[in-house]
Amino acid sequence: MAEATLRVFRGDSNGGQTVDYRVPIAPGMVVLDALHHIQGHLAPDLAVRWNCKAGKCGSCSAEVNGRPRLTCKTRMDDLPQDQPITVLPMKSFPRIKDLVTDVSWNYRVNRKIPAFEPRPGTDWKISQLDVDRVQEFRKCIECFLCQDVCHVLREHDQKEKFGGPRFFVRIAGLEMHPLDGRNRNALLKDELGLGLCNITKCCTEVCPEEIRITDNAIIPLKERVVDEFYDPLTRMFRRIRGK
Amino acid sequence: MAGSPTLLPESRLGSTLRRDPWWIEILPVIIVMGGFSIYATLRAFEGAYYSWGPYLSPFYSPLIDPQHHWWPLSPALLILAGPLGFRATCYYYRKALYRAFLLDPPACAVGEPSRRKYSGETKFPLILQNVHRYFFYLAVLFICFLWYDAIRAFFFDGHFGIGVGTLVLTLNVCLLSLYTFSCHSLRHLAGGKLDCFSCATFGRSRFAAWRLSTFLNERHMLFAWCSLFSVGFADFYVRLVASGAIRDLRLL
Amino acid sequence: MTANYETREHDVLIIGAGGAGLRASLEALAQGASVGVVCKSLLGKAHTVMAEGGIAAAMANVDTADDWKTHFRDTMRGGKFLNNWRMAQLHALESPDRVRELEQWGALFDRTEKGDILQRAFGGHTFKRLCHVGDRTGLEMIRTLQDRGVQQGIDVYMECTVTRLLTDSGRIAGAFAYWRETGRLIVFKAKSIVIATGGIGKAWRVTSNSWEYTGDGMALAYEAGAELMDMEFVQFHPTGMVWPPGVQGILVTEAVRGEGGILRNKLGERFMEKYDPKRMELSTRDVVARSIYTEVKEGRGTEHGGAYLDISQKPAEYVKKKLPSMYHQFKELADVDITKGPMEVGPTCHYVMGGIRVDAETAESTVPGLFAAGEAAAGLHGANRLGGNSLSDLLVFGRRAGLAAAQHAKRVSAPSMDNSQIESAEKELLAPFSNSGTESPYAVHRDLQELMQNLVGIFRTEADLGKALVELEKLRARAAKAGVEGSRLFNPGWHLSYDLKSMLTVSEAVAQSALARTESRGAHSRIDFPKLDPLWEKKHNIIVKEAGAMKRRESPVEEMPGELQQILAAD
Repeated sequence: MAEATLRVFRGDSNGGQTVDYRVPIAPGMVVLDALHHIQGHLAPDLAVRWNCKAGKCGSCSAEVNGRPRLTCKTRMDDLPQDQPITVLPMKSFPRIKDLVTDVSWNYRVNRKIPAFEPRPGTDWKISQLDVDRVQEFRKCIECFLCQDVCHVLREHDQKEKFGGPRFFVRIAGLEMHPLDGRNRNALLKDELGLGLCNITKCCTEVCPEEIRITDNAIIPLKERVVDEFYDPLTRMFRRIRGK
Repeated sequence: MAGSPTLLPESRLGSTLRRDPWWIEILPVIIVMGGFSIYATLRAFEGAYYSWGPYLSPFYSPLIDPQHHWWPLSPALLILAGPLGFRATCYYYRKALYRAFLLDPPACAVGEPSRRKYSGETKFPLILQNVHRYFFYLAVLFICFLWYDAIRAFFFDGHFGIGVGTLVLTLNVCLLSLYTFSCHSLRHLAGGKLDCFSCATFGRSRFAAWRLSTFLNERHMLFAWCSLFSVGFADFYVRLVASGAIRDLRLL
Repeated sequence: MTANYETREHDVLIIGAGGAGLRASLEALAQGASVGVVCKSLLGKAHTVMAEGGIAAAMANVDTADDWKTHFRDTMRGGKFLNNWRMAQLHALESPDRVRELEQWGALFDRTEKGDILQRAFGGHTFKRLCHVGDRTGLEMIRTLQDRGVQQGIDVYMECTVTRLLTDSGRIAGAFAYWRETGRLIVFKAKSIVIATGGIGKAWRVTSNSWEYTGDGMALAYEAGAELMDMEFVQFHPTGMVWPPGVQGILVTEAVRGEGGILRNKLGERFMEKYDPKRMELSTRDVVARSIYTEVKEGRGTEHGGAYLDISQKPAEYVKKKLPSMYHQFKELADVDITKGPMEVGPTCHYVMGGIRVDAETAESTVPGLFAAGEAAAGLHGANRLGGNSLSDLLVFGRRAGLAAAQHAKRVSAPSMDNSQIESAEKELLAPFSNSGTESPYAVHRDLQELMQNLVGIFRTEADLGKALVELEKLRARAAKAGVEGSRLFNPGWHLSYDLKSMLTVSEAVAQSALARTESRGAHSRIDFPKLDPLWEKKHNIIVKEAGAMKRRESPVEEMPGELQQILAAD
């Protein structure tokens, strides 16, 4: 039976090293299957997060050969077998153990975002054409790969000032909700640091749900922030119309 | 099972565990954008060989004070800030330029050079990127002039005709129009800014407009590159003809 | 008092952060209770996200003739009349309101032309009834509840596993748990506990369930003295992936059939014509699963031992829009383009209809202060669950459980904690570290899955079930010896050794109940008793812990009032 070598990070917040494991290859096998094989036969305490194993829950994020991926959707036969396959934890988050990282920062950011609040007097009739645009954002499975790859977090570690692509997607889903009555532009500009994003699109490249994060969420939000804070004409119009 | 030292890459320029040649993404941008900038600068300062017969180089359109009554330098310098600003603040070019020239980041999941402080587009000068829509308004104005130039290129001494230059200028203005009207800011203004298409006044037509601009916008990068080549080539062609290096071929 | 653990106090503690747990927490919070939610995974990863097809609610947006009575009738018929009629009635009556509520909290369902919530057809439902969001309805639901919960300020204890319920002279006093991340211990004081831990599917080899589905909640309740009911009814979803091996069991949503997917065998025959000519592919899940199983067994299966499910007769764009995650799932994991060719599918362990026996109105178990909702609770679905009824179940009975739990907490005085219970729970939890480690929990788990798959699967016999009970005993002995390597820091081997205990408990409950029920009804098929037995229609199987051992007894099905009987009789 064919075998592959996985070079997996073993360690915790104090550091660690990579360890090589030989794993038999089966047809259609994904990296997560290989990690499970290691757990079941070679290293029972290998820490890995996973749930659905079908690309729907977004738990098994890691960096495979340097690329942020869902390990349950990364096929072994798509990776070169001539050298070891490296599997490392997400770089942007503090390491807990092996491939498990501390993603609690994301949950803290989420708490800053005001929830959906319907406009008063709505009759709850919604047209499909309004739904389509928002449903793209609601596909997000919170795998946090976009947060991992975003250089504002990954290289510049601006977690205090920046919300990250995941939460711009969430806000886009709220702001473009046809019945939502709230305005989150000031929050975007001031607290979540939308301006720190320099739209270099890595979030879009890694999104396993193929959400066009930059073009459909971030840039439209930037334009909305421009409307409210940077464009003198729209500000003037708003003042004239008394809004 | 063999232990080896940690492989977690340190953050420095180019550090990554990616196996693919990631720099291939930015190399063409550096070469083409760099080359274009040098060429455009030289041509802008040249102040000569910008028109021949009915043809006018897009670098010099609209042509202002060619006789140097009040402006001593090349007339291109009066207008180039418009198209330049439109491209420099463009949401697509921002990505390409930040990656290729500022290496911020050089590619996804690749380390950056260590630098002092990152402020993205929140501080001067990059905060000015927020005025992109004003450059868009300006770009529409330029597009009108360029269409005028293209139509004018069909008339040789008052008679209808087509030369190779006519085709070059027409193709160029088509591509420039596609680039201009696939702009993210336009997509926002056309309808993207609405939360509820079905409840807004003229909502259906604005939805249609938004859909159309979305269709174009998805190809914004393609149009950006094609129009960059075409505008450079159009100028180059006019220069060749105007300087007498080649003769314009009349097709009709 | 040992200082080995931290202590937290809540009026209502909810175990499980799926649809039922989150809905319960929102309701308890609305009642003014202090609420804690404990979950084994990160918030928002619960198995509810896997629910694809939709939420069944008789809103009559598409088929205007639909009403609660028809929904009630469909549910009872699908459950082969073993359902708790009051639960089925409440469920049919309340689910439209629960769906509207989700919408008011920001969920965005697919729409009809008129702007109402769109509904689709599903197996066993007379009318188009499933409110849906493409094929990711569960994700929409969990995100909506999660975001509302965060906004309302519930305390969530993520990656925390409860290993024992603490009692004070027979009523609930709290729970003992550990943090998966650090291995540190935590004790919750609570007047009410809601169990919303989902199902038990991880005890089978071919399953659509994630690692979390180890029957913890049922085992906890059982250990605390609660009754489990109708555990023999384990639903095998007819369509799971069969190839490649790594993805075997992953769910293929029933929405594929709801949208017009056709099942064929190797010979190209539309075999459902033989088994249920009236409803064809949209027959109930037990029937379709058995049909596919039979086709394969009789040699008409596909290359990898399944059936073909084909939706490619529909326009490619339509398929991609209505079933986007199925499209991607097959494209990426199996190299199959479902807009061009058929999928290979086969039965996969999916859901357990049985669970903790609860009161229909309050969702309270037989232990005072202990409530259960969702898959962990029994009653609503009887012998077989209809697709789409689980999400509405979570909402309707999640809310009821949260409400009753909060009211209970207001009513009762603070229970006192018994340190000896805490100490014994701690000892039990940490025991694997002192085992010599000759036995691996992973190996025991693999053998358990193989055993349940082969002996307690879709078709059962007395001999198989008897053998299963004997083998389970051996596995239990092996599990007790299983040791773990490494430290308490995020140690999956250790985590599994606890989960294994729960799985063994529920597996035994399933096997015992299945052995006793000498008939075939709904999802329970006995080869040696292939017919419905009218006597068993009147009886529930009850599992309870007595004197340290698992005991089974029978309990009569409650008589249905006349007006509901009339609804059932109507056509």
